[in-house]
Amino acid sequence: MPSYVITEKCDGCKGQDRTACMYICPNDLMVLDMDGSAGYGEMKAYNRDPQMCWECMCCVKLCPQQAMDVRGYADFVPLGASATPLRGSEDIMWTVKFRDGSIKRFKFPTRTTPEGSADPLGGFATHDDINSEALATEPESLGLDAIPTPK
Amino acid sequence: MANFETVEVSTDLLIVGGGFSACGAATEASYWAKKNGLKVVMVDKAALDRSGAVAMGLSAINQYVGVKDGENTVEDYIRYVRQDLMGVSREDLVYNIARHVDSTVHLFEKWGLKIWKDEEGKYVHEGRWQIMINGESYKIIIAEAAKNALAEAGGELYERVFIVDPLMDGNRCVGAVGFSTRENKFYVFKAKAVVVGMGGAVHVFRPRSVGEGFGRSWYPPFNSGSSAYFTIRAGAEMTCQEVRFIPVRFKDAYGPVGAWFLLFKSRAISAEGGDYMVERVDELQNWAPYGLAKPIPANLRNYLGMLDVDAGLGPLYMETDEAIQKIAHEFKDDPKAFKRKMKELESEAWEDFLDMTISQAILWASLNVKPEEKHSEIAACEPYFIGSHSGASGAWVSGPEDMDTPYKWGYANMTTADGLFAVGDGSGASSHKFSSGSHTEGRIAGKAAIKYILEKGQEPTVDMARVEALKKEILTPMDLMVENKGKMTDPEINTAYIMPRQFLHRLQKIMDEYAGGVTAAFKTSKALLERGLELMSLLKEDAGKQAARDLHELTRAWENTQRMWIAESHIRSMLFREETRWPGYYFRADTPKMDDENWLCFVNCRWDPGTGEWEMMKKDIWNIPGV
Repeated sequence: MPSYVITEKCDGCKGQDRTACMYICPNDLMVLDMDGSAGYGEMKAYNRDPQMCWECMCCVKLCPQQAMDVRGYADFVPLGASATPLRGSEDIMWTVKFRDGSIKRFKFPTRTTPEGSADPLGGFATHDDINSEALATEPESLGLDAIPTPK
Repeated sequence: MANFETVEVSTDLLIVGGGFSACGAATEASYWAKKNGLKVVMVDKAALDRSGAVAMGLSAINQYVGVKDGENTVEDYIRYVRQDLMGVSREDLVYNIARHVDSTVHLFEKWGLKIWKDEEGKYVHEGRWQIMINGESYKIIIAEAAKNALAEAGGELYERVFIVDPLMDGNRCVGAVGFSTRENKFYVFKAKAVVVGMGGAVHVFRPRSVGEGFGRSWYPPFNSGSSAYFTIRAGAEMTCQEVRFIPVRFKDAYGPVGAWFLLFKSRAISAEGGDYMVERVDELQNWAPYGLAKPIPANLRNYLGMLDVDAGLGPLYMETDEAIQKIAHEFKDDPKAFKRKMKELESEAWEDFLDMTISQAILWASLNVKPEEKHSEIAACEPYFIGSHSGASGAWVSGPEDMDTPYKWGYANMTTADGLFAVGDGSGASSHKFSSGSHTEGRIAGKAAIKYILEKGQEPTVDMARVEALKKEILTPMDLMVENKGKMTDPEINTAYIMPRQFLHRLQKIMDEYAGGVTAAFKTSKALLERGLELMSLLKEDAGKQAARDLHELTRAWENTQRMWIAESHIRSMLFREETRWPGYYFRADTPKMDDENWLCFVNCRWDPGTGEWEMMKKDIWNIPGV
């Protein structure tokens, strides 16, 4: 089962209006078993269709309880390995565990600006001419004096 | 009929989709909409932060021209795309994207994307057009700018609403219908113009892995051909529906090979050690002039490897160990520098996987792969529809207004349906857009659509009887389930309906076996395609017999129907083109040669919503003079 939920850690995002994994899954796979009637446990999330999981780990990265992980596709991935992310506001730490027990750790930056701060116009000069071929921030955002035109 | 509340939303501009091209459209259109007092509404079937093909992230930006620093010209990019697509590209569209794409990349950097730089502050290139990024949050950053732009302009974003069909007033697109994937609501969006950026298609062909790994496609499984379905059903002309894309990647997990080929200068070999790019070089003569020029088109590189596999010389391997040893040799006099370099390269190689194909990192870890010690297997994936990459499928759209192109009937990126614009994987014959070019195309179309509204916009006339009919049709899978499930003990086996997953398997079996999928070694023929079409006609009849227990299965049912329509256009286009032009994507065994005299042209098709008939057309290729 590609993405999975650790029963002990999942709290169903108690007190939230939606669970993080359910909110983020690009393929609409995560479900919260509110009353346990689906057989997964009361207030526990689960992946309703592991065969459609892309293993993108968007759910794993977002889970506030670190209650999610991925177990590689059973039809071609030998058991025993994992790649576990810990994502912060400006970088991500990965722990890659090999089948033979060895471990590698990597840390990569994720962004250079505070979350939420992206200015759609990037601080570039804009113009008002809807009939021009220049897009809103051009030509300054191109780093040119004018946009290239056909010769 | 299932009890769904109908929710009506009126807007000036409607953007359907949430990936890079749709975000580009939202960002640019919001600016012009605000200036002109217009409203923009964006609809995504998932959550904008992590929707579309870049949901997981990316490790490189594959289109950066570098005009400001004189690295390349826009014309250079046209020549590159023409060559890679064996002469078939809309050079006016490629030009338009290439001249704007650098500004998109500069915006990305301002928004917070970490682009690698050298000591002089220049972008670090992976290849001529490719620049390296730390791209784990690439989509989040691009979505953030789109959301902020929408918010500043008073626009609205609807997440978790799945768009199915266009609303038409004659040949004018006046909106779209769909349903919430979270609550029983049927959505009717009325608009003066619509931009379609709902991605390409996966799972049209049977994937190599059919167990748990069914979802491990290279391109994401949630891209179901929504764009193509939408524009086809609107009666818009489509182009290059035969030009699928097949990437060669690390086998099974489909991790990227770009870093290994381009950064590490690694070779690919057969099991016997032969380098098929060297040993089969004579074969390239058969695909002149494209086979003889550099870079060798992606499909021909695929093809030479496929010839080795056909000859029993597989598996194919990426020579990671040899590449690393070569680097070690360069540093043989300085072991300290070598150690430093290796640490750097190891981190780059793993980031390449972790940023965009985490499964590949897990697979290598599970196989105890040490790339410096042992090579790793590569293979051709199953076919995908991705007009933004080295495929070319999509809608036939109008060229830029300031260019003397023969393909101009309206506003930039408008399809042959009025007020309907297509971008990214949704627009065809403008390959090699990738993430940055798709966003750029969205920006171009976002501005053009606002201009269209200002000049030609009319209050949308929506036929509510048609909306009711669509609502009934779209909710049919739920009704079928309720009406029939009790008649048999197993809810999944019923004579009155078919479950979406089984329908998907049936589609994939037809495509795989008759239309040149993996098990057919990517080969097909007139006879196979005609038989495939026969079976497809029965499948089409059964599409309305899919049943759904919930909103999730309802989504799956309609995603399948969307795939089925792109599949049909694909078969018809391969059947029409009586030659083999992209042998590493598909091979017509009955017409095995490239035929420039008759087929150096676009193959276009159009489904007529009035008659339900398909029309197939040839369109001339126009080369930009002097390029």
